[in-house]
Amino acid sequence: MSNVILKHVWKVYDGKVEAVKDANLIINDKEFAVLVGPSGCGKTTTLRMIAGLEEITKGTVEIGGKIVNDVEPKDRDIAMVFQNYALYPHMTVYQNMSFGLRLRKFPKAEIDKRVKEASRILGIENLLERKPKQLSGGQRQRVALGRAIVRDPKVFLFDEPLSNLDAKLRVQMRSELKKLHLRLNATMVYVTHDQVEAMTMADKIVVIKDGIIQQIDSPFNLYHYPKNTFVAGFIGSPSMNFLDASVVGKDDGLWIKLKNDIMLKVPKIYEEELVDYKGKDIVFGIRPEDIYDKMFAVAAKSENTVSVSVDILEPLGNQTILHAKVGEDLVVASIDPKTEAEVGQKIDLVFDMSMMRAFDVETQQAIITKEKLEHGLNESKSARVSGNNGSSKK
Amino acid sequence: MKLSRVGIYAILIVAAMFFLFPIYLLVVTSLKSLPAIYSTSSWSLPTSIDWSGFVMAWRGLKQGFINSFEFTIPAVIFSVFFGSLGGFALTKIKFRGANMVFLFILFGMFLPYQVVLIPLVKFMASVHLYGSIWSLILTHTAYGIPITTLIFRNFYSSVPMSLIEAGKVDGANVWQIYTKIMIPISIPGIVVAVIWQFTNIWNNFLFGLTLGSMPDIRPVTVMLNNLKGSMISQWNTLMAGALLTALPTIIVYLIMGKYFVKGLLGGAVKG
Repeated sequence: MSNVILKHVWKVYDGKVEAVKDANLIINDKEFAVLVGPSGCGKTTTLRMIAGLEEITKGTVEIGGKIVNDVEPKDRDIAMVFQNYALYPHMTVYQNMSFGLRLRKFPKAEIDKRVKEASRILGIENLLERKPKQLSGGQRQRVALGRAIVRDPKVFLFDEPLSNLDAKLRVQMRSELKKLHLRLNATMVYVTHDQVEAMTMADKIVVIKDGIIQQIDSPFNLYHYPKNTFVAGFIGSPSMNFLDASVVGKDDGLWIKLKNDIMLKVPKIYEEELVDYKGKDIVFGIRPEDIYDKMFAVAAKSENTVSVSVDILEPLGNQTILHAKVGEDLVVASIDPKTEAEVGQKIDLVFDMSMMRAFDVETQQAIITKEKLEHGLNESKSARVSGNNGSSKK
Repeated sequence: MKLSRVGIYAILIVAAMFFLFPIYLLVVTSLKSLPAIYSTSSWSLPTSIDWSGFVMAWRGLKQGFINSFEFTIPAVIFSVFFGSLGGFALTKIKFRGANMVFLFILFGMFLPYQVVLIPLVKFMASVHLYGSIWSLILTHTAYGIPITTLIFRNFYSSVPMSLIEAGKVDGANVWQIYTKIMIPISIPGIVVAVIWQFTNIWNNFLFGLTLGSMPDIRPVTVMLNNLKGSMISQWNTLMAGALLTALPTIIVYLIMGKYFVKGLLGGAVKG
C-alpha cells in the first residue's frame, strides 16, 4: 500500500504566514492526484511537505501507513520531478538517472537494467551519454522523469513538470504521463496551476485556494458539482458565468430574476432548495457551454430565451466564444460555430436552466445539492436526445 | 576598419605599453651585466645577454622558493576548501543567523594586516608554532577564508536550490550533496579562488617578515628584499630575482585560466 494521507496539516512560516491551513487529504494507492490552484495557494508547499523538503508545522503526513513527519526525504521512498528539471549538469544522462541507485549501493547490473528499461519507456535510449546541456527542453523533461522512474518509488511527486515546455509538447507529455501512470501503476501526486492539465490527467483533483482545500473530487464531479463559486469559476474554460440575481416566486413556481428584470424559469427539481431563498439575492451561475444560440438550440424553452447584444466573437473553429451584454451583466457563451451572430447585433440566447447553478451570496457555497444536480444533468441530456434534430453541440 | 576602431586600438596599445614598461625595464636590466648597467641608459637593450644576474638571484632565492611553496600550497588548499564549505553552508543549508555569520566572516576582509601583527606573533609563540611553517599556513588560511567564502557564496547562490533538493530526494546526505554535486559544478569558482589566493599568499610580504624570520621558513618575497646589498645595489640580480619571484603566479594564472570556462552549469535547469 502506498497511499498518502494528510491529517490536519498546517504550514506556518515565521509564526505568522499561513501557507497551508488544516489540510486533510487522502490519496489512495495507485491514484493520480492533482493539486491545483492559483499561484501562491499553497499547493507546492503541500507537495514539498509530502516530499520532506518542507517541515510540517502541525499535523501528520502518512506515506504507506507510516507517519513520515520526521523521516528524511531520502527515506520516504518517494521520487520527485522538479519544475526546472534540476538535472545534475556535470553528469551524463545515464549518470543522472543512476545517481539515486548508486547512492543506495544497488548492484551495477541492476542499475544498468533499470536505467535501460526506463530510457526505453521514455524513448531516450540514444541520449544516455549526453550531458544535460546538449538536450532540448522536452528531452531534459524525460531525463528528469527517468531519474524518478528508475528508483521505482512508492510515490511520485511532480511539481509543475510541464510548465516550462511549449504548448504542443505539453499536450504530448500530458498524455504520455497519463500512460506512464497506467503502466507503472504507482501513486502520483501532481501539482499544477493549469486546470486543463488537472482535468485531463487526474483521478482525483484537489482544488486549493489561499492554503485551504476547497474541494476534493473527480474531474467530472468538480466540473458538474462544484461546491462553491471558486471551484466553479476555476474549473472550466471559459469559466462559469456568475450573475447577481434574486429568487422570485410566482404562481407557476420559482424564477431567477437578473438585473434589468430578465426572468429565467427555475426547473421544478431545484425548487425545493431555492424556495428558502425566495425574495433573497443569490449568485446565479451557468457555464458558457449551457447557453445556446437559439438557432441551434434543441429543446429550447422559450421562457429561458434572452435577447442580448453581441460584444465580441472569438471563433475557435470548433466553437465560437461569444461575449454579450445581458442588461448590465456580461455573459460568455460557447455557441455553435455556424452561428450568424455579428458584433453589435442582437441575438437570442437560450439558457439551459437544468444546468443552472446557484450559490449563497454570503458563504459562496452551492445551494443545490449534488443529487438534484445529477437529476438536472440527466434532464438536460434527455432533452438533448429527444430533441435531437441534426443540430449537434458538444 | 572604422576610424573609431582605430582610435580604440590606439588607446589600448598606449595603455598596454604604459603598463608593460616596468616589465620591460625588469627584463632588459636583468639580462645586462653589472658594468653594462652603469655604463648604458636604463632603457637601452642589452648589447650582449648576460645570465649572471639570474644565477646570482637563483642562488640567493632557492631556499625561499621552497619555503614559499611549502606554505602557499597548503594555505591555498585549506582556504579554498573552507571557503567553499562556508559558501555551501551559507547558501544551501538554511540555518538561523546565516546572514549574521556571513557578516562576521566578511569583517575579516577589512581587518588590516598591520593591526594584528603583534598579537599574531604573541599568539603563535604561545601555541609554540612561532618559527614553524604552520604559523604561516594557518595565518594565510585564516586571512584567506573571508574572501574565498565570499567568492563561493556568490558562486553557489546561482546554483538552483532544486539541484540540492533533487540530491536529497535521490538519497544523498549533506556531505554527498557537497562532494558529488556542489564540488563538481564549482570548478569555475575554485579556479577564481585558487588564482586569487595563490597570488595573494605568494606575494605576501608582511606576514613572511614577521612570522618567517628564520631562514628555513623565510618566504621568497622576504629573501628578495634581502638580495639588495647594503652598500651597492646589484640591479641585474635584483631584477632577475623579481622576475623569478613573479613567475609562479604567472604560471598558475596561465594553467588555471584554461579551466576558467563559463557555462558549466548549462542544462541543469531550464535556461
